[in-house]
Amino acid sequence: MTGMKVNWKNVALFALVAVLIIGTGFVQSWNTALYILNLGLISAIMAIGVNLQWGYAGLFNVGIMGLVAIGGLATVLTAMPPVKEAWAAGGLRMMLALATGAATIGGGILLYKRMRPGRRRTLALMVWLVGGFFLYRSLFDPAAEAIEAVNPASTGYLGGAALPVLLAWPLGGLMAAGVAWLIGKTALGLRSDYLAIATLGIAEIIVAVMKNEDWLDRGVKNVVGIPRPLPYEVDLQRDPGFVETASSLGLDPVTASTLYVKLGYGLMFTAVLVIVLVLAELALRSPWGRMMRAIRDNEVAAEAMGKDVVARHLQVFILGSAIVGMAGAMMTTLDGQLTPGTYQPLRYTFLIWVMVIVGGSGNNWGAILGGFLIWFLWVQVEPLGKMLMDVITAPLPDGALKAHLLESVAHMRLFTMGLILLLVLRFSPRGLIPEK
Amino acid sequence: MDFLNAIVAIANYVLIPGIAYGSQLALGALGVTMIYGILRFSNFAHGDTMAFGTMVTILFTWWFQSLGISIAPLPTALLALPFGIVFTALLLLGTDRAVYRFYREKRAAPVILVIVSMGVMFIMNGLVRFIIGPDEQRFADGARFLIRARDFKQWTGLSEGLAIRTSQAITVVTAVAVVALLFWFLMRTRTGKSMRAYSDNEDLALLSGINPERVVMYTWLIVAALATIAGVLYGLDKSFKPFTYFQLLLPIFASAVVGGLGNPIGAIAGGFVVAFSEVTITYAWKKVLVYLLPESLEPSGLAQLLSTDYKFAVSFALLIIVLLFKPTGLFKGKTV
Amino acid sequence: MSEPFLIGEKMTGGYGKGPDILHECTIAVEKGEIAVIVGPNGAGKSTAMKAVFGMLDMRGGSVRLDGEDITRLTPQARVAKGMAFVPQTSNIFTSLTVEENLEMGAFLRRDDIGETMEQVYGLFPILREKRHQAAGELSGGQRQQVAVGRALMTQPTLLMLDEPTAGVSPIVMDELFDRIIEVARTGISILMVEQNARQALAIADKGYVLVQGRNAYTGTGRELLDDPEVRKSFLGG
Repeated sequence: MTGMKVNWKNVALFALVAVLIIGTGFVQSWNTALYILNLGLISAIMAIGVNLQWGYAGLFNVGIMGLVAIGGLATVLTAMPPVKEAWAAGGLRMMLALATGAATIGGGILLYKRMRPGRRRTLALMVWLVGGFFLYRSLFDPAAEAIEAVNPASTGYLGGAALPVLLAWPLGGLMAAGVAWLIGKTALGLRSDYLAIATLGIAEIIVAVMKNEDWLDRGVKNVVGIPRPLPYEVDLQRDPGFVETASSLGLDPVTASTLYVKLGYGLMFTAVLVIVLVLAELALRSPWGRMMRAIRDNEVAAEAMGKDVVARHLQVFILGSAIVGMAGAMMTTLDGQLTPGTYQPLRYTFLIWVMVIVGGSGNNWGAILGGFLIWFLWVQVEPLGKMLMDVITAPLPDGALKAHLLESVAHMRLFTMGLILLLVLRFSPRGLIPEK
Repeated sequence: MDFLNAIVAIANYVLIPGIAYGSQLALGALGVTMIYGILRFSNFAHGDTMAFGTMVTILFTWWFQSLGISIAPLPTALLALPFGIVFTALLLLGTDRAVYRFYREKRAAPVILVIVSMGVMFIMNGLVRFIIGPDEQRFADGARFLIRARDFKQWTGLSEGLAIRTSQAITVVTAVAVVALLFWFLMRTRTGKSMRAYSDNEDLALLSGINPERVVMYTWLIVAALATIAGVLYGLDKSFKPFTYFQLLLPIFASAVVGGLGNPIGAIAGGFVVAFSEVTITYAWKKVLVYLLPESLEPSGLAQLLSTDYKFAVSFALLIIVLLFKPTGLFKGKTV
Repeated sequence: MSEPFLIGEKMTGGYGKGPDILHECTIAVEKGEIAVIVGPNGAGKSTAMKAVFGMLDMRGGSVRLDGEDITRLTPQARVAKGMAFVPQTSNIFTSLTVEENLEMGAFLRRDDIGETMEQVYGLFPILREKRHQAAGELSGGQRQQVAVGRALMTQPTLLMLDEPTAGVSPIVMDELFDRIIEVARTGISILMVEQNARQALAIADKGYVLVQGRNAYTGTGRELLDDPEVRKSFLGG
């Protein structure tokens, strides 16, 4: 796409995506079209993050869901107002408990490094860790209980920092980077499968924590009403100036307000996507990016040339994870609520992988294309499948089988995504827009 | 007396569930480790393979039940199990033919095969949900208990009861039989030895005239049996739900890695290590401590180290500890 | 003179699409004789043997075994034709017992392998002693014996050894060469690549000195050892 020569195939592919989304606007509704566009933008950013790890460096991260969820948590911690009663009830104790937990682990690592290997070290480490754990629990349990007892129906958690919600985006990136640092320190440098298994595990744990630690984010009770960077639809509808502009465009105020908000998000997300893309492309072309790909293509040779492969991998792993975390924060901002129960690996990990592979691993434009295209399919396969199933089952008599088939159509999209992934891997392994 | 009660409580809530769960994990991990040893990749579709096999078994169970066929007091699912294995074997052989063989011939990097297995996972997952739905299914019938807590209390006069569910007993007996059969096959038969040889040194196996496609075929057949049996036993013991089976991937991988990937004995040991860690760490020890400690020292809380919601954290922590300190696992695994 | 039992004639080729490593190289072995390929490092010794075994992309020449053209056959098919190959490294199944290694060598055979196994144990008595041990636990020399034993289990007519004495002590090397002579006496032809040129030529019926993928000198082992040119260039005087 860049350079003097225009690659018409790629232009056509992006035009196709545009036609699909605009077509949705005409055929279904503009609200749906903008919904697809906004989540497509977020998906594209996530896909760039994963592409950084896989396409640039060949790192197989199956913990994307966890990073997305961390971004969501960052939104709550940033934007929600603090719950003063909860802080009074157990906030400081909780902080102390968390500090104790951190000190236990930190001290354990220190012990391990400072003492000579042997039975004494093992014993000292055990005593330290077990003691620390019980101390931590003795502080943590009452604190959590006290916090969760504060008006559990509406709060029961510590709340956030009441900062502007847009700050959550970089913060989400930062938090995801922190998690990535921890995983990378442990699993990078081992064989690729281990990184995959480790990331799969950490993602499950992050989501488990978010589902169960009510004092932190209300768990499965969800946090709703996260402040927005844009005005609320109801406020717009009450604004005479807005209503007037809307009617001059021939729109009723309700539709106009929803479109206005969605477009607003669309513009903000586009801005982020452009920044991420430019930075990722610059990185790819820099000596750093060339080295990264050299390592990917021949790790042994790169290592022999004195490159610190593990350190480079750690960098790119953290960067990619930060981008995904940021996108996760953006998504929760768009939703206006955090619902830990909805983080599913198939949706937030494997779907992003399909996007990267179908789009073209190693190519950021490919990642963007894959993000939009696969997201569009993910949304639309279900109604399409339903229509198809309606046609197929039309001649069947009404009964259990027909009802079952119609009901099960929702699961067809997993099947479709898997099939797309396998077909692309087999017949066009470099993806729609291959790496240059 | 209190001491005996404590022992019975431990047996009832930790030992027996741990052994049953450990057997299920061991069978699952054996499948993962066989694929790793022979086909040289970590199969992300293994949880969903288990789900598929269990689903077929459940469908046959329902059919048999509707026909009035029963092997009470044993659960009907045991009768349906062979059918589940056959269908799973067909599915796996078909998948190998359509998907994996291409990459094997190209000698693709293991990570590519892992991604491919992810695609297969999607498809199997969709297939299972399409056929049986995403909801929980219970299909255990027959006698529910081998020993009831009430009867046990009467026999022994203890205040603490000990119950052994039929599903737990079946799990252990089946697992022992399957493992014995598998090891007999691997250690004693010509085909089994050729599989070990292929896993050990692929090039030399080719030079010895061992046909890799045959080895691969046997591997999938064994994996189909192991996965289906593991899935059905888990389902009988707890319940069947497609998403739970997908999630089992983590403890199963943890078992295989803890034991040493590619090493069958390691997979079994790993399964029990993971299962017992999970059960002991998430068990509320208050019940036991009440018997053992003087009243003044009795814990006020549940004395539970970690909530059961975090059982995956246990597998994960074990995984990380092993990766950090002994990457080849407790029993020497292989790296490809 | 009639056609040799095995001949790789005017072999030209390299690995994949890479440059040619062999140039019209000819290697032949008579029935029950020992042929040795020697030469400086990078002369293409192992490559010549791999060409004979079908592990090279040949662009010219042919390989004939007992009069039959086998140039197009895969290595596995050549095994079935009675050729056995002992690679230089990873030539045993380390996690299998010694006996299982031998059994795997005979994988293609459907008849009773007990007699052949007895012959191998007769040849390498130490293997009988250690037959239930994992092959990976044995010493370097014993591992080579397992490797040769595994290859013999197919009852080959031609045994090919790629540097069988690499990394073993001189005593073990002499012992191994003695065994190889014994094997040849049973009528099995032997083609061997060796670093230890002097000792190898001493037991060779036929010797091939390769330089840069070409035949430089050819003759009986004795002739080559006595050839002042060969001595000066390759045998260190």
